[in-house]
Amino acid sequence: MKTLIALTFALLMAASVAAGQPPAAQSEFVPLSQAPAAEQLPAAPLLIAAYSFFLVAVVGYLWTIWRRLNKVDAELQALRQKTRPQH
Amino acid sequence: MKTLFLPLSVVTAALFAWAPLLIANAPFESTMGLIQKIFYFHVPAWMAMYSGLVVCGVASALYLFRGRPEADRVAVSAAELTVVFGLVGLVTGPLWARKAWGIWWEWEPRLTMALLLELIFVGYLMVRKYGGPGSEKLAAAVGIFGTAVSPFVYVSVNIWRTIHPKTSVVPELPRTAPEMVPPFAVSSLAFILLFVLMLMARIELARRQATLDELYLAHEDSGS
Repeated sequence: MKTLIALTFALLMAASVAAGQPPAAQSEFVPLSQAPAAEQLPAAPLLIAAYSFFLVAVVGYLWTIWRRLNKVDAELQALRQKTRPQH
Repeated sequence: MKTLFLPLSVVTAALFAWAPLLIANAPFESTMGLIQKIFYFHVPAWMAMYSGLVVCGVASALYLFRGRPEADRVAVSAAELTVVFGLVGLVTGPLWARKAWGIWWEWEPRLTMALLLELIFVGYLMVRKYGGPGSEKLAAAVGIFGTAVSPFVYVSVNIWRTIHPKTSVVPELPRTAPEMVPPFAVSSLAFILLFVLMLMARIELARRQATLDELYLAHEDSGS
């Protein structure tokens, strides 16, 4: 019985010491493709975000040009009507 | 120029429809994989940005030293496009970097100088908007300054040791990865044509604004 308790105690001690040890130092480069899946960033969302941003930026800018053109045209028309000689 | 607008629009739209097909069928880069496909929009965006700043610089010089009002209209239009395409480059770059380098941003020479270049042209637009009468000449000087520093931004990757790839990547593409050349060429052409179209539209806006300003002045002078 004493032997069993001593053995269990020794095993628990060994397990706790082992758990407390820092992980073995990495001595060489490990390609990201071999890293665990949880540590890998998916590329697709970043790629889609990049292409979407480009589309939004271009469409948004074109929209501002269109809006400003309409505003200037409306002002031009109003001013021309105002300055037209009255008969 | 107006007669060119529609055919150019059709060609540009066709190129932008074709480019994704070529990009999707292009081979994956061996170390970066899928994320490297940002390259086909990231680099052309910088090409368009550089086109914008060169046009802005030349037009600013013409306005400042020759006093041509049309050159000023071209300069402000090109400056706006420089900011738009620079923003696309500055946003798509970190999205690529997050996967390829493991970080969104690094304060290294190329990235920092590219951000500063963008800020110079944002400064140009702010001077134009809030500088009051005569701000066109001050803005023209800013435009020339921005264009003058841009070559240093381009070669910064060759001068300093940085995390960013060198300028030799694109010129060496036909030798290192010939299959990537067609999608890159189509995408680059599409971006340059888009830049030309947007510049034409923005110059037209500047012309109409100038006409409106002249009418307002004439209206005020007539005392009515």
